[in-house]
Amino acid sequence: MASVDKYSILLPTYNEIDNLPIIIWLIIKNMNASGFSYEIIIIDDGSPDGTLEAAQQLQKIYGEDKIVLKPREKKLGLGSAYIHGIKHATGNFIIIMDADLSHHPKFIKEFIETQKSHNYDIVTGTRYKGTGGVHGWDFKRKLISRGANLLTQILLRPGVSDLTGSFRLYKKDILEDLIKSCVSKGYVFQMEMIVRARQKNYTIGEVPITFVDRVYGESKLGGSEIVQFATALLYLFATT
Amino acid sequence: MTKLMEWIFVAGALGAIWLALLTNKIENIFVKDYYQLLLFSPIIFIVLFGIYALIIVLYRVFTFNNCNEAADELQKEIQEAKVDLQRQGFYFKEH
Ligand SMILES: Nc1nc2c(ncn2[C@@H]2O[C@H](COP(=O)(O)OP(=O)(O)OP(=O)(O)O)[C@@H](O)[C@H]2O)c(=O)[nH]1
Ligand SMILES: [Mg+2]
Repeated sequence: MASVDKYSILLPTYNEIDNLPIIIWLIIKNMNASGFSYEIIIIDDGSPDGTLEAAQQLQKIYGEDKIVLKPREKKLGLGSAYIHGIKHATGNFIIIMDADLSHHPKFIKEFIETQKSHNYDIVTGTRYKGTGGVHGWDFKRKLISRGANLLTQILLRPGVSDLTGSFRLYKKDILEDLIKSCVSKGYVFQMEMIVRARQKNYTIGEVPITFVDRVYGESKLGGSEIVQFATALLYLFATT
Repeated sequence: MTKLMEWIFVAGALGAIWLALLTNKIENIFVKDYYQLLLFSPIIFIVLFGIYALIIVLYRVFTFNNCNEAADELQKEIQEAKVDLQRQGFYFKEH
């Protein structure tokens, strides 16, 4: 492959000791098969369950060129974990994904190919289109998700079907620019990123992904999700 | 222009036309025959739109892919990964 592109995969972790070895194994397997140049940057926020020790073991197995560890002392949140990771990224593309096995690394190849086909600035995974979908969601969760999605589509007309997903590929400089212009915290941060990207006329491609609800470990996002979402929606409605 | 401004602008324009028709600023035979319909048309429109949105949402909920194959495949891969990682010397912490 005559490509000089390098992909830095950011993996923020907090208490993912059971998931981390598996996700790393899957990324290595799929990325080696695809032939693209890559590195995995693990940003652990002082997980009490020993995620960092597991990461160190994995680094020994797969090498320091493939696995880069950039831990922080304490839990400082997802948004700042990305910023911290980007600072140390050596690739010209950044891939962000969750470490909890909801995002399958087999899709990374499709992200890269889609990006290359149109020279997109961003490629985002979508659960709401084509062969995309979710596993392990009950009726209520699907209803809330679909309802919130339609409301967002009507109010913001973002031109992207999945706004809150966090499985994405960005050109590095564009991700840096977007992070600077976003004010949201928590998971609505993903929504603001993609809406601001549209506002700035960045080009966005979509790849359908299957989302399998976490098998191991606990969800870190609390019940205030709906309130957070509504606030972010109104904020973006009034400012973009 | 923000999305909020767009909505105010469009709602304002439609509202002005509606009011002009109602108050006969725009002479029109239709208005005389269908005054009631015109009067309630904004409410009718909102209700119809609500029903439309509800149908779309329910349709999308019922056609939401369940990804059972993806979940099964992941389970197999988890087992495969554990065996392979252990072979390479990875120690899985008991808990
Ligand atoms: N470094 C770091 N990682 C975090 C933090 N909070 C969450 N994460 C990681 O970010 C990813 C997404 O978080 P999740 O808890 O899975 O959030 P979610 O996907 O919205 O919710 P569930 O899958 O239902 O738990 C996972 O890999 C987490 O381990 C944090 O404060 N710091
Ligand atoms: Mg998750």
